[in-house]
This record gives sequence, C-alpha cells and structure tokens, in this order.
Amino acid sequence: MTTPILEARDVWRSYQRGAETIHALAGMSLTVQPGEMVGIVGRSGSGKTTFLNQVGCLDTPTKGTITLCGTDVTGMPEKELVAFRRDHIGFIFQLFYLIPTLTAVENVELPMIFARERDRRARAREALARVGLSEIHALPHQLNGGDMQRVAIARALVRKPRLLLADEPTGRLEHGARVAIMEIFRGLRAEGLGIILVTHDPTLAAETDRIIELRDGRIVDERKAG
Amino acid sequence: MAEAAVDQTATPVAEASGLGKIYRRGAEEIHALREISVAFAPGAFSCVLGPSGAGKSTLLNLLGVMDVPTAGTLRVAGATIAEGGRLRLSEGGRDKLRRENIGFIFTEFFLLPTLTAVENVQLPLLWADKDDRAYAAELLERVGLGHRLTHRPTEMSGGEMQRVAIARALINRPRLLLADEPTGNVDTTTRDGIFDLFRELNADGLTIVLATHDRELAARMDRVVHVREGRVVEETA
Ligand SMILES: Nc1ncnc2c1ncn2[C@@H]1O[C@H](COP(=O)(O)OP(=O)(O)OP(=O)(O)O)[C@@H](O)[C@H]1O
Ligand SMILES: Nc1ncnc2c1ncn2[C@@H]1O[C@H](COP(=O)(O)OP(=O)(O)OP(=O)(O)O)[C@@H](O)[C@H]1O
Ligand SMILES: [Mg+2]
Ligand SMILES: [Mg+2]
Repeated sequence: MTTPILEARDVWRSYQRGAETIHALAGMSLTVQPGEMVGIVGRSGSGKTTFLNQVGCLDTPTKGTITLCGTDVTGMPEKELVAFRRDHIGFIFQLFYLIPTLTAVENVELPMIFARERDRRARAREALARVGLSEIHALPHQLNGGDMQRVAIARALVRKPRLLLADEPTGRLEHGARVAIMEIFRGLRAEGLGIILVTHDPTLAAETDRIIELRDGRIVDERKAG
Repeated sequence: MAEAAVDQTATPVAEASGLGKIYRRGAEEIHALREISVAFAPGAFSCVLGPSGAGKSTLLNLLGVMDVPTAGTLRVAGATIAEGGRLRLSEGGRDKLRRENIGFIFTEFFLLPTLTAVENVQLPLLWADKDDRAYAAELLERVGLGHRLTHRPTEMSGGEMQRVAIARALINRPRLLLADEPTGNVDTTTRDGIFDLFRELNADGLTIVLATHDRELAARMDRVVHVREGRVVEETA
C-alpha cells in the first residue's frame, strides 16, 4: 500500500473569544492519497481555511494529529516545520499574492530563494512553461487574472511539492480562466500530487474525486463528485 | 516643516515632460495620460489627486518604471527612460533602475501568507542575493511592528499588514517612494496612522508621491497635483 500524502486525525482548532470558546475545527479527519483531488465545500466560517492552515503547517491544531507523507508533524519544532512545509506543500490563494514589482519569472523564483537553491531561473522558466505562461518577463499588473493565477501556481509548484492546497483559486476569475486552471490541476493529479481544493465553484468541485462538506468544523457530508 | 527640507533647485528625483500613455486594446486606443509635465524634487511629499480613471495609477506606474510611456520625456533617479517618446533604457536597465531606486506601496498589501513579517520585508533583497535580516527587523521597528517580526500576515490587522508592506518598500533604501491609494483598504483611524508614518519618513528625507482620490487626505499635503482625464489641471502648494 502506498503511503498517504495526508492523514489528518481528529483535528481540533479552538479559539478563545472572551469567555467563549470557538471551535473552528471540531474533529476533522481526512486522508488524501497520491493522485487524489479532494474538494472541500461549506458555508463561510465552516472552517475550510482553518483546515488548510493546519494541514499546511501554517497553524497548530489544538488537538489531533497531522501526518504528511508518513511524517507526523504535530509537535515538530517550528524551524523544522517550516522546512518541512517548504519541501512538501504548495499553496495557492484566491488573491494570488504576487509581488507587484517583480516580473512573473522572478515571482516564481521566490520559494527557491528561501530554500537557497540553484538554477533558479531555469527551473522557474520550466514551471511557467508547465502552466502555459509565455509572458515570463511581464509584471503582474500587465497580466490578466487568469495569467496571474498561473504565475502563482507555477510558484507553488516550482519546488515540486507532494501536496497542493488551493483556497478558492478561481474565486476571482472568469469562466475561461477557470477551465484553464482546472486543466492544470488535472495534469498535476495525473502526476501523483495530492490536491485539496476549497471551492464554491460547482464546475470545479465536479472535477474532484470526492467532495467533503464542512459545517461548524466537522464533515457533515462526503460524496463522489460528478 | 517638511517643506523646509525640499530644495526646488536640486535635480528632481523624477521628472516628466510632455509625458503621454496610450493603452491599445485591439483597435481601441485609450489615452490614459496626455502631455503631463511635472517634477518631484528630492525630499518633497506630493499628492496626485483625481477621480477614478484620471490616470493616477498610470502616472505612478511610469514614475516607478513599472511601465513605459508612449510619448514625451521621463527621467527617474538620474536615468533617462524615454526622450521625445523614444525609449532610452532597455527592459533589463529598467528592471535594475526600479529595483535599486523605487519603493512601491499599493492598496492591496501583497504579503505572502506563508512568510513571516520579517521574511516578507526581506523578499526584495533576497531576490538580489543579498540578505539583511537585521535591516528588515530595523524597518519593522521603524513602522511600529518591532514586536511582530515573526508573525504571519494572517495574524495581523489590515493596518499592520500595510505597515509591513511599507517596510518592504523601504528595504532597498529607495530614492522615491510611490504609494498608490495606500489607505484604500483601511478605516480612517488606521489611515491617519499610516499617513503620519509617511510624514515621518518624509521628514527623514524620503521623497514620496502618493496617489489618491481622497480629498480629505490630499488637503493635508504640502503639494497637490490635480489630474483629470489624463492631464494635470492644477497644481497647489
Ligand atoms: N485567528 C482567529 N481568531 C479567532 N477566530 C478565528 C480565527 N480564524 C478563524 N476564526 C473563526 O473560525 C471559524 C472558521 O473560519 P474559516 O476562515 O476557517 O472559515 P472558511 O470556511 O474558510 O470561511 P470562508 O468561506 O468565509 O473563507 C470562523 O468562525 C472564524 O471566525
Ligand atoms: N492596462 C490597461 N489597459 C487598457 N486601459 C487601461 C489600462 N490601465 C488603465 N487603463 C485606462 O487608463 C485610464 C486611466 O486609468 P488609471 O488606472 O491610471 O486611473 P486611476 O486614476 O488610477 O483610477 P482609480 O482611482 O480608479 O485607480 C482609464 O481609462 C483606464 O481604463
Ligand atoms: Mg476561507
Ligand atoms: Mg488607480
């Protein structure tokens, strides 16, 4: 049996607001296999982003365990955790978060700079070719939304992560660009990446292998897509 | 007070004459800027004021060498970018000029959610294979966030995120700081705090051009360049 890319077990994330305790996640469990694309849906405030933050090691669960590619990351020291995250996880956000004063190819080089890696330009070019962007020297403001998201995806992919976490990646895009982005995700899945896709977009959700629905930090429904 | 530091006879940090910008979209031509002549002296804190679509962002993008003019002459930080509508600096030369001399701040903060505040501030330097975490930390201190160095953007308020973005814009020790509607996403109290910070930076000698459609904000500035339909219609000092 292959090692799952993600095994999240009984994950809780609680916040204290005055005297009140808010359980943003209340016992979330999820397993993602290599080559699997899982959709997460749920109302605003249901815990979707909070879950991605736990899985992506951007936040620490109050309770529960998260195992990534066979390594239990719960309780890993911060420094190690950051290195582990940079080696294993790619993030894509609704708002792209490109640095406006850097060109497309420079933006893609950023994660390699932090990891102090070589051949940055060549690898960034390769990643941009992979997502089908030819205007690699354009500044973000000269690109349309779909192309900005391509750059952001290339940046997420450039260090060859095993798990891709996408939070509403097409939320700001029109239909044509959504279809193109979905096409890229399909290719990545075929290569064996695990993908977790938070989306309100039904056409995107329909492309996933299965969809889980969150409410109040718990899974209330799980179904096959399509 | 800040005005005393401005030497109007010194070579301007940025200077445009007869500057024009036409965007082409298929057969359609959009004249975003026409015949703009304006200069920004070292140490000045100037406002570009105008309604939506007036051409403020277009002007700042040209001053910041993020885009190139289609007419006129433009000099920034001692370099001639275009003269009489002809480009004088290659794309590589423009990238270098921008990276070494310009700081940019926008309405959106563009901070990477996966990085801490201090890492976000370091980014532009790291890109150039330099590393100065101590200076990044000093700048965060300068903008009032010395205690939040290792916090990530998701743990910060809008005003704090904008301060991180300001620190990041300062990391290359820019000669010109361009702020395009920098307080468009924050409430008025936060806006005033950020404006005060700009004032302090200016008092330390930084040349700043701030674009806004906020008249109330413009009223507090030493010099206002009024832009409408791509032209400078009035200058008040
Ligand atoms: N830093 C925080 N402090 C306190 N409460 C928080 C914090 N972050 C999230 N929450 C709360 O946790 C719950 C889940 O929020 P989360 O952002 O995960 O929802 P979401 O499903 O991603 O919503 P949306 O669709 O609006 O993005 C909400 O009640 C939210 O208010
Ligand atoms: N990349 C572009 N392609 C085509 N037209 C553009 C482009 N950027 C701006 N324009 C047009 O140029 C004109 C000036 O736009 P600009 O963004 O400079 O205005 P602004 O004063 O910054 O407005 P706002 O206050 O809304 O930000 C507008 O008519 C705008 O539609
Ligand atoms: Mg969310
Ligand atoms: Mg604008």
